[in-house]
Amino acid sequence: MATIHLAINEESYSVDTDPQTSLLTVLREHLDLTGSKYGCGEGQCGACTVLIDGRSQRSCITRVGTVAGKKITTIEGLASGDHLHPVQQAFLDEGAMQCAYCTSGMIMSAVALLKKNPDPNEKQIVDFMDGNVCRCGTYSRIVRAIQRAAKGPTMAKGASR
Amino acid sequence: MSTNINAGIPLEPERYELREGAPYRFDLGRRDFFKFLGAGIVVVSVLKPAVVAQESGGANRRRGESLPQEINAWLHIGENGKVTVFTGKVEVGQNIRTSLSQAVSEELHVPIEQIEMVMGDTQLTPFDMGTFGSRTTPTMNLQLRKAAAAARDALIGIAAQQWKTDPSHLVTEDGKVNDPQSHRSVEYATLMKGQRLTQMLPAEDPLIPAADWKVAGKSVGKIDGHDFVTGRHRFPSDQKLPNMMYGKVLRQPSFNATLVSADTKVAEQLGATVVRDGNFLGVAATTTQAAEAAVAAIKADWKTEPQISNKELFDYLRKDAGQGKDPSGDGDHFETGSVDQALKAADHRLKQTYTVSYIAHVPLEPRAALANWDGDQLTVWTGTQRPFGVRGQLAEAFHLPEEKIRVLMPDTGSGYGGKHTGETAIEAARLAKAAKRPVKVVWTREEEFTWAYFRPAGVIDVSSGVRNDGTITAWEFHNYNSGSAGIRPYYEIPNQRIVFHEVNSPLRQGSYRALAATANHFARESHMDELAHELKMDPLEIRLKNLKNDRLRAVFEAAAKQFGWGKSKNPGQGFGMGGGYEKLGNIATFAEVNVDPKSGEVKVVRVVSAFECGAIVNPDNLKNQIEGSNVQGLGGALFEAIEFENGKIMNARLSEYRVPRFSDLPVLETVLLDRKDIPSVGAGECPMIGLAPAIANAIFQATGKRLRALPLVPNGLNVS
Repeated sequence: MATIHLAINEESYSVDTDPQTSLLTVLREHLDLTGSKYGCGEGQCGACTVLIDGRSQRSCITRVGTVAGKKITTIEGLASGDHLHPVQQAFLDEGAMQCAYCTSGMIMSAVALLKKNPDPNEKQIVDFMDGNVCRCGTYSRIVRAIQRAAKGPTMAKGASR
Repeated sequence: MSTNINAGIPLEPERYELREGAPYRFDLGRRDFFKFLGAGIVVVSVLKPAVVAQESGGANRRRGESLPQEINAWLHIGENGKVTVFTGKVEVGQNIRTSLSQAVSEELHVPIEQIEMVMGDTQLTPFDMGTFGSRTTPTMNLQLRKAAAAARDALIGIAAQQWKTDPSHLVTEDGKVNDPQSHRSVEYATLMKGQRLTQMLPAEDPLIPAADWKVAGKSVGKIDGHDFVTGRHRFPSDQKLPNMMYGKVLRQPSFNATLVSADTKVAEQLGATVVRDGNFLGVAATTTQAAEAAVAAIKADWKTEPQISNKELFDYLRKDAGQGKDPSGDGDHFETGSVDQALKAADHRLKQTYTVSYIAHVPLEPRAALANWDGDQLTVWTGTQRPFGVRGQLAEAFHLPEEKIRVLMPDTGSGYGGKHTGETAIEAARLAKAAKRPVKVVWTREEEFTWAYFRPAGVIDVSSGVRNDGTITAWEFHNYNSGSAGIRPYYEIPNQRIVFHEVNSPLRQGSYRALAATANHFARESHMDELAHELKMDPLEIRLKNLKNDRLRAVFEAAAKQFGWGKSKNPGQGFGMGGGYEKLGNIATFAEVNVDPKSGEVKVVRVVSAFECGAIVNPDNLKNQIEGSNVQGLGGALFEAIEFENGKIMNARLSEYRVPRFSDLPVLETVLLDRKDIPSVGAGECPMIGLAPAIANAIFQATGKRLRALPLVPNGLNVS
């Protein structure tokens, strides 16, 4: 057991746990941040995706001890108050969800992609997003949502988060 | 507690959807609507007895029961003008929360934001057999439209009374009743003040014809989409209660294993609550990690038994098969004309066998439940397509009357027919009972792969006879185990023998999106192509020659047109089609594939589906469902298969069981045929059935190789 200091969504948390615990478990069980989802536990589905210092990472296979002090962003920290992040808005505008269980992970991955590459072509989107599974099969809509967010006027502002 | 939680679960492999009557009755008399809902108006939707049998599982009900017990939904308008709709249907991603709100909004003339849907709560909503079989749109949608229309009439009636005027010239709009003659207007909320009006749904109410729909028929985004893109929505696995513990179950090392002995001392020393009850051995602890550690510390001895593997599966299915039940019974055996004579007399005969593997639903949210006891009152939050069915299972497991159990279904991370049962509900409740605290059980992906149930595997034998001109004269079709949905041909064939053979399945099997219609259409539509090839006919031509059904012809023709059927192809490229009729919808799907001549990799490049399901309620959501069916269908068509051996699942992880991903995505084109003159039916299942044969037929066109097993190319095509 150790006390681990975490910076999540621009807030500080202290958690008493084994540093080997997965970040996903800490988010969901210790901090009640349930927006990040469990889907496979082996980094294969992307439902648990969060940003660590701006890069997408699978929180289910990330030991919490390795991200102490790093800047962690989860789906709960993406919007600014009532103002949705452009990627969140684009998912709504494109109807890019059915059951929406994969949606948080998809959005976090998409945000990371657009940070890296603000204007990806379709192949670049597919390559980057291929580790995120949507069992309802809304992939084509998610591609369109990412393209819409990339083109959107507010992207520059949102992408700075 | 029952030692085997699977015992007594009605898991009919095919027409699995519960023939027994509803295990309890909803008693209107004991429910004081207004105490519960506040003043206003309540419109109660009552099913006609004939529909009850079909929709509420009430086939065995006693005669002479009073109608109010056949309630299937109700709708309340409160003093604040808020509309609350109560239905036992549940949301698993098919977006019925939205489409049902649209229906109510349309008939009641209130903005869609003013409508709240209370769904799948056994305490608050009327009994519902479950959400499956694409039944929500043709039934619940209609019932709610009627209830909303009745509420609208009642509102007009109240306004007319208050204004002392003739109701016939009053109109409703945007949550108000207006009198165009005197220019008076009153909000619904105002009309509701102090009212306590209950209205049974009149049998005949003028509904707004589909051609005049304003809200329904238009694309409306997921009504609570904001909660999902912000992570705020609490799925079943996200539920939490104060003082909650986390549960884990020690799994059998293989199916049908029996617990001989267990040493749980170490687990108890770790502080976990340990429950051994028959074959059930589980723990509850304050964190998931602690629960995992406790379960790992249990030393258990199991008695196992040898079981078959997927390699022997198809031989086994044939050997174990029954011969089909009485032809006059449940449709397991259908016969017309004389197949044997017609086969003899045919110009060409063709006999082929097709197989389908077991596949898993892989809902991205695994099964999850949170259980809480208050004395002998049990409340469970769980993701299930049958909240009332799960309540029944809990009642059975704990020997409780159902009134003591409440099951709530938060909108869930998908089902696809895979969440009809209450395993986690029972597990969480058993652990919570021992721990005397709320307990949550969330299955791991491996548990979900292993201890849920599968889409049935099957063997299908087809024998056909055909004349030189392409007229099919004989059709014999035997399905072993996979099921009888969509087993009957829609082609006009005078001599038929259609038999479904029940088998004692080696794996636990149950419902899956589109059921056996996928397997039966795969066999039939592949066989149609084989006949076309035999006769050197165009595959579309032979279908249209034998097809009289106008709606089905229309989708084949529409898809062919959009696809550009008949165009020339490049080497390695292939085009194919498949289609049919299921759950009252009509689909034709055309696929274009590319086969790499060196690696044998098969890529589905383009899929065109034409679909017709009567009047369209929400075009964008309909497209979403069709696209989703085709994407999900790619998995079962190309590479999904459960591998098993000796009672173990050998590929129970996402790294070992391939599901469709972004890179598998073809160009998807959808043609919607809107038949405003035909009542709407559901669309969650039917669109799936055309894809697998379309791909198989396209691979044949590309390579000359006829693949007759689903999945078609789990390891790519053997090009040697």
